[in-house]
Amino acid sequence: MMSTYYAGLLADVGILLLGALSVYIILATGQLSLGNAGFMGIGAYLSSYLTVTVGIPLTLALVIAAVTAGAIGVIVGFPALRLNGIYLAMATLGFGEMVRSFFLNLSPMGGSEGFHGMQHISNGYIWSWASAILLLVMILEHSQVWLEMRAVRDDETAAGLVGLNTTIIKVGAFGFAAAVAAVSGGLFAHHHLYIEPGNFSFERSIDFVLAVILGGSTVSPGALIGALLLVMLPEYLRFLAEWRFAAFGALLIAMLLLRRQGILDRSLFRAFALRRPA
Amino acid sequence: MLLQQLVNGITLGAIYTLIALSFSLVMGILGVLNLAIAELFMLGGYFGFVAISAGLPLPIALLFGMAGSAILAGVIEKIGYQPFRNTTVVTPMLSTLGFSIILQNVATNLWGSDPLQLSDEVLGGRFMIGPIGISAMQLTLLGATVILVALLAFVVQRTSIGRALRAVAENRDVARLLGVSADRVTLLAFMLSGALAGAAGVLISLHYGAITPYIGVEIGLKAIAVMVVGGTTRIWGALIAGPLIGVVEVITIAYGGSQIRDFVVYGFMILILLLRPKGILGGAAADRVQRI
Repeated sequence: MMSTYYAGLLADVGILLLGALSVYIILATGQLSLGNAGFMGIGAYLSSYLTVTVGIPLTLALVIAAVTAGAIGVIVGFPALRLNGIYLAMATLGFGEMVRSFFLNLSPMGGSEGFHGMQHISNGYIWSWASAILLLVMILEHSQVWLEMRAVRDDETAAGLVGLNTTIIKVGAFGFAAAVAAVSGGLFAHHHLYIEPGNFSFERSIDFVLAVILGGSTVSPGALIGALLLVMLPEYLRFLAEWRFAAFGALLIAMLLLRRQGILDRSLFRAFALRRPA
Repeated sequence: MLLQQLVNGITLGAIYTLIALSFSLVMGILGVLNLAIAELFMLGGYFGFVAISAGLPLPIALLFGMAGSAILAGVIEKIGYQPFRNTTVVTPMLSTLGFSIILQNVATNLWGSDPLQLSDEVLGGRFMIGPIGISAMQLTLLGATVILVALLAFVVQRTSIGRALRAVAENRDVARLLGVSADRVTLLAFMLSGALAGAAGVLISLHYGAITPYIGVEIGLKAIAVMVVGGTTRIWGALIAGPLIGVVEVITIAYGGSQIRDFVVYGFMILILLLRPKGILGGAAADRVQRI
């Protein structure tokens, strides 16, 4: 029997995994989003409103939240087409802060006081969603769509020239990622039972990016490794008491210096594949 | 009181301008978002506090804060930027994030998480110009900002160091072919940027008369918006964008409630990115796009 403390950490890993996957999906098309906590916040607030105020079952609420956030993601994705690289990153940062500020002003949902009243969910439920979506992304990675996404990342002009619809691919990635982030937010709300706008700040968006980059940004299981690392590492550093965040920052820099491609990458996967008996 | 709000907004805007210049020195030349600038700003404030508390005069405290943050920025350049020079924009951004985590933790452990208060005796005077009140500290802050910006303008536009900076910003490889030491220029850009952030930290902590380890994140993020509105590739846009955002923010607080101000500021930033990607002044700038 796992202690409730470790059970809580495990739930956080699942929630962070979904957030990281949302960044991973957008990154696969060569775009960096620093605002996915905004989509997470939309999912958290909308699903909580649906379960607490409207009173519909959680799974249905999560699906509605994911679809709504996905639509908002598509709407955000269109203007984002005009921007690239660090400029897109800063625009998404602005989007995330605008969403946070919006919920801060949304008094029916508590404003700065936050919102509560959600029903607690089990780890099994969180991980059913997390593993189902991870599996979905892994399957997607072996599809034609993913090849097209990578083509857009490698050279957008060339991808357009060979007849790929780069607009649909980039906007679609935003929509799908927003839906995944919204599920992460809905699970967060029904695990922590209390949400406030500060939960969905720039730091949260950065955590998602960090998990992807540390775990490995070229393979989706990298997001899982990164999420595990980000949640567990501060726990293992507890013996350092008040210096543990400094140690965490130093370890983060060291990891980037030693393995900037992330812990998992394609060549690692290939090496393991070769050792397997034919 | 609209005029009073304008004065307050311009004071805040002066701080934004300094930090936005700090961001854009690194961003404009190297295309890198140095997230640690927010914490260099915060630490500059603590350095200034330590100097003032030790009885040193304000100009010395300002220099102390600038030097402290510049040295830290140099360390960040060596460990957090140089090794990642040839990677995508994400990696150096995250390594500077690592530094900002460390710096904030160190500040919290050294000075505690409660705000440090400064006694009222430091520049407590207040002048009335007609109906508008302006404190001696506000005047000092504005004056110091003008001097710092003029100094930066002189360095960038009139000295050989500045020419090297602009050459590397234009084209790193060509600059190196022409004999510019790109590595030295990069280090210099980081240190100048750190000095500006440190100065802004000293000035704002004296203006508020208090400082906390958490001041960096909020003002730092806002300064990124100021840099964008001013135009990331042209340094001087921040001179207009800083006071503009400062005034917009203060007026939003006065008339629209304090909680809506971030919504307005970031919305404005996104509009500028979409409609005038080269900043509010527009104009010529190389449309260099870095790959993620």
